[in-house]
Formats: sequence, structure tokens, C-alpha cells
Amino acid sequence: MARNSLQGTKINPKRFHRSQIKFYLILIPVAIFMALPIVYIFNHAFKPIDELFAWPPRFFVRRPTFNNFLELFAVAGESNVPVFRYLFNSIVITASVVLISIVVSSMAGYALSKLKFKFKKEILFMNNIALMFVGASVAIPRYLVIENLGLIDNFWVHIFPVLAVPVGLFLIKQFIDQIPNDLIEAAKIDGASQLRVFWSIILPLIKPAIATIAIVSFQSVWNDAGISTTYIDRESLKTFAYYMSTLLSSGNVVAGQGISAAGSLIMFLPNLIIFIFMQGKVMNTMAHSGIK
Amino acid sequence: MNKLKLSSNINPRKQAKIKENLVGWGFVLPYFSSFFLFITIPVLLGILLSFTYFDLINTPKFIGLNNFVNLFTADDVFMQQVFPNTLKFALIVGPVGYAFSFFLAWLLAQIPKKPRTILALLIYSPSMTAGIAMAVMWRIIFSGDSSGYLNSILLAMNIIETPIQWLQNPDYLLNIMIIVSLWSSMGIGFLAMLAGVLNINEELYEAAYVDGMKNKFQEIFYITIPTMKPQMLFGAIMSLVGTFNAGSIGVQLTGVNPTPQNAGQLIVNHMDDYAFNRWEMGYGAAIAVVLLILVYIMSRVATRLFGEKD
Repeated sequence: MARNSLQGTKINPKRFHRSQIKFYLILIPVAIFMALPIVYIFNHAFKPIDELFAWPPRFFVRRPTFNNFLELFAVAGESNVPVFRYLFNSIVITASVVLISIVVSSMAGYALSKLKFKFKKEILFMNNIALMFVGASVAIPRYLVIENLGLIDNFWVHIFPVLAVPVGLFLIKQFIDQIPNDLIEAAKIDGASQLRVFWSIILPLIKPAIATIAIVSFQSVWNDAGISTTYIDRESLKTFAYYMSTLLSSGNVVAGQGISAAGSLIMFLPNLIIFIFMQGKVMNTMAHSGIK
Repeated sequence: MNKLKLSSNINPRKQAKIKENLVGWGFVLPYFSSFFLFITIPVLLGILLSFTYFDLINTPKFIGLNNFVNLFTADDVFMQQVFPNTLKFALIVGPVGYAFSFFLAWLLAQIPKKPRTILALLIYSPSMTAGIAMAVMWRIIFSGDSSGYLNSILLAMNIIETPIQWLQNPDYLLNIMIIVSLWSSMGIGFLAMLAGVLNINEELYEAAYVDGMKNKFQEIFYITIPTMKPQMLFGAIMSLVGTFNAGSIGVQLTGVNPTPQNAGQLIVNHMDDYAFNRWEMGYGAAIAVVLLILVYIMSRVATRLFGEKD
């Protein structure tokens, strides 16, 4: 009896079993529903103008065209800034933030996990509290800090303020906690400096965690329009996400539909591709995400 | 720097200790400087500002608790709309989204790896594009004329006779915001819980069945949840923070702040409105402090529920 019921309840089963059908019956409709808007964006972005305005509106595209994309890149932003410029800014900013935040968080994660120094406990405590941090709530004082640092209308404002991601540090530190100390001790006996240990032992071992924080920071930076809106005046320093938000607030939802959908697709695709490539590593990291 | 020079006179053990500290700090410094400048200082400064009147031009004037008193006694919009809206939004999106992500994670763990990966990707996909890109799409779906998807479906089915102004109508806006936010709430917490369910040692289940456990419900309550409490807590805090960060969704959907008749006004929007439309920075900061306290209280509740007892 007991054995029988256990068969069906296996977590992470190796192959399909009839008893799993009930799970699929819930999961598949939910997954379709969740993916619906994404499918919609894919279709909308390739619709020619008459299908965009067809009534009644049709969900799937019939005669796909690249016109929306051509149009997106043909229209210039408000002050004659080409769309390519926004896209270029977004790519440079996102790449820099992802790279730098990987380096600073994994260094900090290593120190907080394996090194001994004064105030370590306090820093860890602060970072754990900051997991609850709601960024939007400090918009005002953050503005004052950034203004006093002379970062208003400065390219670096896209980068410096977003380097510290408490969730990222938390995940990476938890991950490094799993690495046995003996490994580090052995290297030290061989005469390796801390920097050397970090570079040639820790970094290769924490690739999954690095992939995870890369995704977390990629998503938040690539999709962010707030910094451009709040701190940047020069149109040529703003991001693609910001440009998308101006399409939104222009009020004419219908006329800009095709362009908006094309832009949304461009915003969405990199997220999807990166996640698909890294999902295995992410799951590996998340296994250590528990807060004790 | 003086300390460094002195160190040559002190015994080697102390010297090693100082070196240890310096190395540790060297590793933490790059992260911590950004953390300190853009998270710690703003939070502290925000708390200070909340006790002042500040218009960004004149020096802040200390006015004690006046901002808070005004917020709770004189600000009708806050007490009658913003606060109830926020509570309704947070209490639905937070717990429902959370329960839903646990349930889906659990279901996903019951099927083999390949289909699981594909389905998990689809379910996670909305939270990849939180914000702008998605708002574009939702605005088309809920568009107020007959070419809006929802309107045209309802018109075609003869459920309504004239198109409904979904996003301009106070009766619908908040509910639409809740649906949209729920839809994109299967985020990082969902992934953490999925990993958590998958990581539970199978022997635990086997042992429990030998001890007389009978069905899936018992399995969830006696094994799954207790074993993955740490991930449950992580997920809870992520969904809490996600919920309050999603506050701008109403403004994104309608394109204006304040939202029509304040129907979709949440604390975050109210704060932005006072701070950046009316330049009342002190008052805005007080609203932010209330928000931070609210988040803190809720995460204490989550810790009570899922934290390991010391």
C-alpha cells in the first residue's frame, strides 16, 4: 500500500507516468495563460497596418512584415535623437552594470562568507535588512544624494547607483558558504594571496551564482526607464526603455501600436534569450537561497 | 593611515589581524560604497527629511511630527483612497501571488525535467519584462475604444453594448492593476521555491510514508513546507518587495499621475505626486517612511511564519 502511493508522489520524476496527468491539466492552461501576452507581442510586432487596425482585432498575424521595426528605427526621438542612440546607450549601460556588479558582489560575497574582519556581522545584517528595501520609497533623498555628487545629467548616474543589489549579494554569499574552507586553506598554504584564491578558486566555483546575479541585474537595468526620466536631461544620454515610455505617454495608443509592439519585442527578447541559456545555473543557485 | 605605520611596532599577531581586516575591507569596499551612498544614506536622509518642510529651494525647516499628523488627519486623498487602495492591492497581490507561486512550483516539481523547464519558463516569462514593455501591451488589451481586445471580445459576445473605458473608470482600474501584477508576480521567489521543492531529500518522503503519511496534502504540510522554510521566507520577502515596487503599474497603465479620480493611487504614486509634482519633499519623505514601516511590519509577519525558531 505504502509503496504504491509513493510511486505516484515522487518529486522530480525521471519519466512520464499516468499519475502526472492531473498536474499537466493544471500546469498547461496556466502556462498558456501566462505566456499569452508574450505570444501577443510577437504577433503584434509583425502585423502590417491593416491587421493592426482590423476590426474585430485578430490575435495571430496573417501576413507578417518587418515594417513596424523599420518604422521604429526611422522615427527619431523627441529632439531628433535616432532610436539607435537609445538602444546603444541601453546596451553599453546594461553591459557595464552587469559586469561591474558581478565583480563587486562576488568580491563582497567572498569576504562576507570566508574572511574575518571587523564590522562583518554589521554589514551582513544591513544587507539582510536591505533585502526588504523598496527602491521607490527613497526616491527623494536619493535624488538629493545624486544631485550633491554632481551626477545629474551625467552618464555615470546610470551605473553607480545600481551596482549594489542586496538580493544579488545575498545569493552569492549563500552560494560561497557551500564551498569547503579546506579548499581555501590548502591554496593559502601553497602561498596564494587572498586575491589569487578569489580569482582562481572561488570565481570558477561560483559560476552559477554569477549567472544568477547577472540575470537579476540585467533585468532591472535593461527594463529601467526611471533613471533617464529623473536624472537625465540630455536626450542623447537616455535609454531605450525610456524611449518606450515616451511612446506610451504620447497618448495615442492606437496609432503607435505597431511601433510599440516592435519596441516591446526588442525589450523582451534579450531577457528571454539570456534566461534560457542560464536557467540551469539559476536553479542551482536558488537551491541555496533560503533565509535562515 | 597612521595605524599602518604604527603596526610595525606591534607584535606580529596584531599585525596579521590588521592585515586581515584591511584585506576584508578591500574586498567589501567597492560593493559597500555603492550600498552606503545609494541605499543607507538615502534611507537615513529620508527619515530626517520626513520631520521637515522642504521645497528643494530653501533649507529644510524642522517641523516635528507635523507631516505625519497631516498625513493621517488632513490628507483626505491619502486616508480615503491611497491607504485603502494600497492595503487592498498589497493584501491581494502579495499573499495570492505568493500562494500561487508556491503551488505552481510544487506542481512543476511533480513532472519530469524537460516539460518542467519549458513550463517554468513560460510561467516565469511575464516577470522578465516587468514594467514598460508590458504596459504597452496591457494598454492595448484594455484600450477604451472598440478596438481594444477586451472590449471587442465582449462586444462580439454581446455582453456589453458600448465599449468600456477600462483604464479611466475608477471601478475597474484597481482590479486591473491587481490582475496585471499577479500575472507578473511569478518572479525570483517562484524560482527559489521551485529549487526548494526539488531539493528536498526523497528519503524524507519515504520515511514519512512508512510512518503512515497517506496523501499529497499531508506531504505538503508535514514535509514540503517545513523542510523548505528558508526558501519560503526568501520567497515571501521577494513577493512583498515586488508587490510594493510594482506600485507604479497604475501610472504606467493610465499614463498620468495622479491616476483618474485617484482610483489606482498607491502610496508610491502619492509620494511621487507630492515630491515631484508639488515639490513638497518633506511631506513626500514622510509618506515614504510610512511605506517603509509598512513593508517592515509585513516582513516581520513573514519571518514569524517561516523563520526558523532560535
